[in-house]
Amino acid sequence: MNAVEINGLKKFYANGVVALKGVDLKVEQGDFFALLGPNGAGKSTAIGILCSLVNKSAGSVRVFGEDLDAMPMAVKRMIGLVPQEFNFNMFEPVVEIVVNQAGYYGIARKQAYEKAEYFLRKLDLWEKRFSMARELSGGMKRRLMIARALVHEPQLLILDEPTAGVDIEIRRAMWTFLREINQQGTTIILTTHYLEEAESLCRNMAIIDQGKIVEQGAVRTLLKQLQTETFLLNIAQPLPSLPELKGFSLRCQEDGRTLEVEVNKGQSINALFVELTEKGVEVLSMKNKSNRLEAFFLRLIDKNAQEKS
Amino acid sequence: MNWKNYWIALQTLVIKEVLRFARIWMQTILPPAITTVLYLLIFGELLGQRLGNMDGYSYTDFIIPGIIMMSIITNSYANVVSSFYSTKFQRHIEELLVSPLPNVLILLGYVLGGVARGLLVGVVVTLVTLFFTDLQINNFPLTIFVALLTSILFSLAGFINAVFAKSFDDISIIPTFVLTPLTYLGGIFYSITLLPEFWQTASLFNPIFYMVNAFRYAILGVSDVSMSSAFLIIGFFILVLFSASMSLLNRGVGIKS
Repeated sequence: MNAVEINGLKKFYANGVVALKGVDLKVEQGDFFALLGPNGAGKSTAIGILCSLVNKSAGSVRVFGEDLDAMPMAVKRMIGLVPQEFNFNMFEPVVEIVVNQAGYYGIARKQAYEKAEYFLRKLDLWEKRFSMARELSGGMKRRLMIARALVHEPQLLILDEPTAGVDIEIRRAMWTFLREINQQGTTIILTTHYLEEAESLCRNMAIIDQGKIVEQGAVRTLLKQLQTETFLLNIAQPLPSLPELKGFSLRCQEDGRTLEVEVNKGQSINALFVELTEKGVEVLSMKNKSNRLEAFFLRLIDKNAQEKS
Repeated sequence: MNWKNYWIALQTLVIKEVLRFARIWMQTILPPAITTVLYLLIFGELLGQRLGNMDGYSYTDFIIPGIIMMSIITNSYANVVSSFYSTKFQRHIEELLVSPLPNVLILLGYVLGGVARGLLVGVVVTLVTLFFTDLQINNFPLTIFVALLTSILFSLAGFINAVFAKSFDDISIIPTFVLTPLTYLGGIFYSITLLPEFWQTASLFNPIFYMVNAFRYAILGVSDVSMSSAFLIIGFFILVLFSASMSLLNRGVGIKS
């Protein structure tokens, strides 16, 4: 069964903006799914419709087989949302925010406290349970929204930029936690600007641009489409002029000590080093210019923009 | 969700609303008590003694029902308009919109929060009046019933104001320019028999006039209007405001794009 099935989803705002131009999307049950796209592409609108925060103009949405129009309450019960912006009462204690959310799902107060304790401990917030939400750091506020979204144990968790502004250590801890709940059976849809995050966590993804899905499939399969990869080489001595290498295109960055080289799919990196050694270039270190998903994403968005123009 | 789940959800929202105004009791419960002391000292004790009796009661006794009613009206309205608007402003309305809480329960939760504050303030103000007079209540159940209906009506009105409000200015315009004048002109401090005929007729178009008089009848046993017309007017406005609130919520006006 599909966790999410969206067909022909359109959204026209009253000011004339067309946010979604007919989105078709399928997310399998148990998947860890990335919804990527540049700012203003329609990601948050699509998520807003899925979570009943935005009224759709056309199309259909089904969550675990239940139609959003016919069974809105059943659909809401199955979804937990971690939104992009902080949207809790800043003047309420942390534990009350989570307990109240459980209450809105019909969970009795005693049971709600037990669940709140479990998720607040899991997300390292239990010590802060009596603090007012406004007193939390940015990372803690993000984790509070995750605890709140999980307290009714949804089958589908939607995270809209969950790690924005979170430091690396906490981000890694959140990744581990999200992997854990995904392994326990919760389907997860993630939007993020950190493409490394999507590449690391997600099995399938869709890229949305200008209100339409421009690519959808398994992350691995999509990445195979990449024909070139750019490496950055840190060299020992600045070069008087760029050497010509057979089969490799070379550029030098402004610092004079970093070379950019494009390696085609199937090309041997050994050959590159042989040539560099022959030309007397000593390489101290090497890294990818960008992660592969970022390269794929940018290529696709560029292609889409060119087609439009 | 079954009925038990819905009951828990409603309870949660009402408890949240009550805790909200209870946490800031210095802003919500205390000011009406102080205002009442001032009204009764100035209008009741100082000026009232020179005015003599009104409708067979001392002036202090005459204005007490109106003062209690005024505090119920303003506090029921203020509670819902400020709470629901800040819920929108801080975007935690989304906590309710994503959860399986029917719109009627969202409305009921906020209205009951407004009713709780309105009635609590009404009780506090009534206790304050006991320092100035030996209050005898003519019909206790009727007193509670009129107070309850009035607080429901103004909670609904506050809700509609909050739905349309786009800034903090918008939640103070109606209370300042509509609610306060209508309340003061609603016969709190005088019987309309003292007014010229034109203003007596004009007063009949002020819905608050009916509530003040129904409440005065419940406490003192005197009124400028019949109870049946008072209940008809109150019931009519509750029905209209409830229908309007539900329609706004169902269409997502001011809360959904």
